[in-house]
Amino acid sequence: GGSLTKLAYYSTVQHKVARVRSFDYSGKDVEHESPYEITVQEEITARLHFIKFENTYIETCLDFIKDHLVNTETQVLKATGGGAYKFKDLIEKKLGLKVDKEDVMTCLIKGCNFVLKNIPHEAFAYQKDSDPEFRFQTNHPNIFPYLLVNIGSGVSIVKVETEDKFEWIGGSSIGGGTFWGLGTLLTKTKKFDELLQLASKGQHTNVDMLVKDVYGGAYHTLGLSGNLIASSFGKSATADKEFSKDDMAKSLLHMISNDIGQLACLYAKLHNLHKIYFGGFFIRGHPVTMRTITFSINFFSKGEVQALFLRHEGYLGAIGAFLKGAEQDNPNQYSWGENYAGSSGLMSTSPDFCPMQRARSGTFDMFEMDRLERPLVNLPLLKDPTTYIPDTVDLTDDAMARKYWLTCFEEALDGVVKRAIASQPDSTDAAERAEKFRQKYWNKLQTLRQQPFAYGTLTVRSLLDTREHCLNEFNFPDPYSKVKQKENGIALKCFPSVIESLDSLGWEERQFALVKGLLAGNVFDWGAKAVSEVLESEPQFGFEEAKEKLQERPWLEDSYSEWIQRLKEGPPHKCALIFADNSGIDIILGVFPFVRELLCRGTEVILACNSGPALNDVTYSESLIVAEWIAAMDPIIQSALTEERLLLVQTGSSSPCLDLRFCTSRTNSSPCSWTEKRRLSPKIQSLFRFLLPSANLKYKNRLDKGLALLVRERKTDLVIIEGMGRAIHTNYYAALKCESLKLAVIKNSWLADRLGGKIFSVIFKYEVPCK
Amino acid sequence: MTLLYNLTSLFCRKEDYNIYPFFFLSPLPRILVFPWFGLDIGGTLVKLVYFEPKDITAEEEEEEVENLKSIRKYLTLNVAYGSTGIRDVHLELKDLTLCGRKGNLHFIRFPTHDMPAFIQMGSEKNFSSLHTTLCATGGGAYKFEQDFRTVGDLQLRKLDELDCLIKGVLYIDSVGFNGRSECYYFENPTDSEKCQKLPFNLENPYPLLLVNIGSGVSILTVYSKDNYKRVTGTSLGGGTFFGLCCLLTGCSTFEEALEMASLGDSTKVDKLVRDIYGGDYERFGLPGWAVASSFGNMVSKEKRESVSKEDLARATLITITNNIGSIARMCALNENINRVVFVGNFLRINTISMKLLAYALDYWSKGQLKALFLEHEGYFGAVGAFLELLSSP
Repeated sequence: GGSLTKLAYYSTVQHKVARVRSFDYSGKDVEHESPYEITVQEEITARLHFIKFENTYIETCLDFIKDHLVNTETQVLKATGGGAYKFKDLIEKKLGLKVDKEDVMTCLIKGCNFVLKNIPHEAFAYQKDSDPEFRFQTNHPNIFPYLLVNIGSGVSIVKVETEDKFEWIGGSSIGGGTFWGLGTLLTKTKKFDELLQLASKGQHTNVDMLVKDVYGGAYHTLGLSGNLIASSFGKSATADKEFSKDDMAKSLLHMISNDIGQLACLYAKLHNLHKIYFGGFFIRGHPVTMRTITFSINFFSKGEVQALFLRHEGYLGAIGAFLKGAEQDNPNQYSWGENYAGSSGLMSTSPDFCPMQRARSGTFDMFEMDRLERPLVNLPLLKDPTTYIPDTVDLTDDAMARKYWLTCFEEALDGVVKRAIASQPDSTDAAERAEKFRQKYWNKLQTLRQQPFAYGTLTVRSLLDTREHCLNEFNFPDPYSKVKQKENGIALKCFPSVIESLDSLGWEERQFALVKGLLAGNVFDWGAKAVSEVLESEPQFGFEEAKEKLQERPWLEDSYSEWIQRLKEGPPHKCALIFADNSGIDIILGVFPFVRELLCRGTEVILACNSGPALNDVTYSESLIVAEWIAAMDPIIQSALTEERLLLVQTGSSSPCLDLRFCTSRTNSSPCSWTEKRRLSPKIQSLFRFLLPSANLKYKNRLDKGLALLVRERKTDLVIIEGMGRAIHTNYYAALKCESLKLAVIKNSWLADRLGGKIFSVIFKYEVPCK
Repeated sequence: MTLLYNLTSLFCRKEDYNIYPFFFLSPLPRILVFPWFGLDIGGTLVKLVYFEPKDITAEEEEEEVENLKSIRKYLTLNVAYGSTGIRDVHLELKDLTLCGRKGNLHFIRFPTHDMPAFIQMGSEKNFSSLHTTLCATGGGAYKFEQDFRTVGDLQLRKLDELDCLIKGVLYIDSVGFNGRSECYYFENPTDSEKCQKLPFNLENPYPLLLVNIGSGVSILTVYSKDNYKRVTGTSLGGGTFFGLCCLLTGCSTFEEALEMASLGDSTKVDKLVRDIYGGDYERFGLPGWAVASSFGNMVSKEKRESVSKEDLARATLITITNNIGSIARMCALNENINRVVFVGNFLRINTISMKLLAYALDYWSKGQLKALFLEHEGYFGAVGAFLELLSSP
C-alpha cells in the first residue's frame, strides 16, 4: 500500500496436543486406576498470519522473511497494491524471490470473500452515538451478491456475484485522494489522519450553504430538511472572508462522503443490491468516515441499503494475494478460524478514547487464522440459518452482563493457571508458560473492557474461546486432561450399578431418574466456579450429592410433563442427535444411560462431542474410549455400536459453547463407527487395545460422512443439547426444524438470578416446532 | 377597449373596487397591471425577467404613471444596474405576444446578497404604489418574504420552484429563441475537432431528465407538464465550484473563476488512470486519460508546488462537472430516460462544462444518453414565475 505493508504468510505451527489412548492390557495391569492414558504429542497445524506495518520497516520485514523462509519451494512472492511496483526490485534482490504482481481489485475481492466466509463477526454496521458503535452482522450463509465500494485515492464500485465473478460497474474520481489533496491545499495540513482530526472538530455549516440559508426559516415546502447541504462550500464563494481549517476540512469530508454514498446508492439501486461493503484507506477503521458514509447511505437509500464495514478490511489485498499464490493448495476447501490469541483486534472507535491503541494499530497490527481440520457447515436442522444467532446475550450490547462476565473470567483466571500447571507435572517450564498465559489472557480481558467490539460481538462464548486459544498458544492443550481422566475412571466404575438401579424402576420413575441423572451429571462442570470450588474441597462429592443439589420440580424452565407425554404417546423418535457436555459423571452416568433408554425405544442416536478439548468437556477421542468401556459392560450399547445405531461423531468445535452454523460438513468428517475402527486397526485383538490416533482419523475421515450429512441421512428428528455453554450461553433461543430438548443446570448465581432463579436451578426446555 | 385597458392599468386598485365595480362584475378578460415581472431568488443569484410592452400607444404613454415609466426606462435603457446587476441582452426575446400585449422579454440577474438593496430600492421608488403582484420563486422567495413586506410594503406571491422551472423550460422552448432553436446539443462530443453545437428539436420532450445546476443541483424526471418529480440532488454544484475557486485561487467572481479555468491544466492536479497504471486499466476497461482521483496529485508536496491557480481552477471545474455528469447518468439509467437537459447558471458562459457533460454522457453510456442544453440556462424559474403572474386569477 501507499504507507503500510500488509504481509500474509502461511506457516505450520508446532504445538502440543493431548492425546488419549487405551492402555495395552495384554496380560498386565488390568485393574488400572484410569481407563486410558494421556500422552502429549507434538502436532503441526496450519496457520495464516497477517501483519501490518509501516513501509519504513520494509527492510526489517524482508530480513525477517529471509530468516524464516524455511520452505525452499517458495520461489514466488505475490504482491499487490501500489507498493508492489515500488518495492519490487528491493524484494527480489533481498529475498531472491520472483515478485508476481497481482491485480489489486482481484486480490481485494478474493480477500473480502475469504473473511466474510470464515470470520463469524467480520462485517459490522456503524451507528453513531450508540453504545456500542459497531453492530456486528451475523454471517449469512450466502454472502453473494454484494457491492464493494473501495475508497482509495479514487472510488471503485465493484459488484461481486460469486466467488470468481465480479464486475467493475463504476467509480468516481472524488475519493480519499480528493479529501487528502484538496484538504491539504485548503488547510496546509499534510497528513491524512490530521485532516480527519481537523474535520472531526469542524463545523461545516460555516462553509456550506444549507437549505435553510437559501430558504430562510421557512423551508418545509420542498420536503427537504433545512439542515441539508444545498451547496457544499457555497458560503466560501467570497473573496473577503477567512474560514477555519477545521470547518473547511469538515465541509470537505461531508462533501466527499455524501457524494460517494449517493453514487453507491445509485449503483446499488440499478443492480438491485442491498448490502454495500466499504473499504479503502479512506475508511480503514476511521470512525469519522464510517459515520459520514453511513449517514449518506441511510439518507440516499432511505434505509433500503445497508452500509457495512469489515473488521479486517486493511488485510483484504494481502489475503487475496496470498490466496492467489496458494491456489494449488486451494485454501478455500478448508475452514479457517480467527485465532483470538494471535490477533490484535479492531482498534478503538475514537482516537481520543484510547490513543495508545490507535497509535499501535496504525503501525503494527496482526491477525492470525488457524486452519480447521474440517470444513464447517450449518446444521441442517436449523429452522432458519439466516436468522440464527448462537449467542444468548450480546455482551457488547449489555454493559451490565459484560461487566459481570469480564470480572467472572478475571476471577477464574487463577484457577485456570493453577489447573494448567497441574496438568503438566513433568514440565519444567509449565509455571513460566502459565504465567505468560495469565498475562496474555488478562490483557485480552482488559482490551475487551475498553473495546468490547475488538473481536466482533463479545459473548460468553468468545470469552471462553479466547481463553482456549491463549492456553493453546502457551502449550496447554488440555489443562483438564488429568481431571477428566480421573473422573472418567470413577464414573465408569459406577456405571453398572447406576444401570442396575435404573432397570429396577418402573417406566415412569425411570424416565424421571434418567433426566435427573442427566441433570446431576451436568453439575460436574469445572468451568463453573461454584462447582470447581465444591469439587476441590469435597473429593467425595459424587453423583448422589449432585442430585441433592438440584432444584426440585417445578424447575425454572420446566416442560418435563410435555416431554413425558411425548414419550408415552408419540412414536419413538427416528434418530436423536445429542450434544454432550462434560467428561466423567456427566457423559457416563448421565448421557449414556439416557442414550441407552433411547436405543431401547428404537431411536438411533448420534452422539456429538467436541473435536478438541475445552475445559472438562468430553472430547470425541475420550468419548470413543468411554464408549468402548461401556460397551464392554453393557450389551445394549455394544450391539448399538456394532449395528451403527449408536454413532459417535465430532462437532468440529473446540469450544465449550456450540455454534450450530459451524458443524463438520460432509466432505471431511468423522462418524467413527464401530466397525470402521476395527478396520482401522485390524491387528488389535483386545477391545481395549487399539490406538485412537486422530492423526490417522484425519485421513480416514475424508471418506466418511460428516455430522451434517449423517443428520440428514438418519432423518434426525430430535436434538438434545446439554449444558450451560451449549444450551444457555448459546442456543437457548435457537429454533430447530425438529423436536429439541435443551437441558442444563445453572451453576452461576448471577446468571440464575438473571433468569429469575437460584443457583442449581434447572432448565428443561422441550420444544416442538410449530407447524 | 384600449381606454378601458388603460384605465384599469392605471387606476385599478383595491380601494377603487367600489368606484369601478362594473369591471369586476363584467365577463371581460381580466386586465393585468404593469409592470410584469418574474423573480427567481436563488442561493447565489437573483434572476429577474421583465416584460417590456412595445405596443404602448401615445395615450397610454401619456397616462403611464411616472414611476412605472421610470422603471421601464431604467430597465430597458441600461444593460447594467449598480455594480452587480446585469441584463443579458443577448438573451432578450423579441416580439412576444402575451395576454394580448406585444413586447420584449428581458433577462436580468444580480447576486442574492444584493437582495436587501433591491428591496430598499423598491421601497424608495415606491414600487408598492403600482399595485402589481410580485411573483417570486426560489428559496429567497421564502427567505425575503418578510423583508418585501416590511421594507418594501410588497406582498410576494411565492411559487413552487420546480413548477416554475418546468413551466419556464416548456414555454421558452415553445416560443423559440427569436426564430432560432432554444435547445441545442453537441454533435461528436468525443471528438474535439468535429464537436459542434447544433439545434435540437424538443417538440416531444417527454420523458426527460432535467438537471438544474445552480449553487446546488436538483435532478427531476419530467413525464408531462404536470407529472414530474425531484429524484435527487447534490450539494456539489455551481456554488461548490465557485466557493472552492475562491478558497484556492483568491478569485472573486464566477467569470474570473471560469476565465482562470479556461487557461489551466487539470491533469497536473488530478491523478489520472495512466498515472497509476501507466496506461489504460484494461481489467476494468478504464482509459488512461480518465481521472482516477480528483486532486489526487496534490497529496505530493512537489506537485503542489508546481501547479498554478489556473490549474486548480480547471481541476475544480472538471471535478464538479464530471461528478454532476456521473450522477445525472446514473439517474437516467435508473429512471430509464435517455435525454438529459442541463440548465442552471453554472452553465452560463461555461462551454468547458457543457462540452464535458456532453462528452461524459456520451462516452460512459456508449452513446445511449444525450446531453441537451438550453440557451436561457438559468432563467427558467424566473420565466415560470412570470408566467404564473399572467395566468393567475
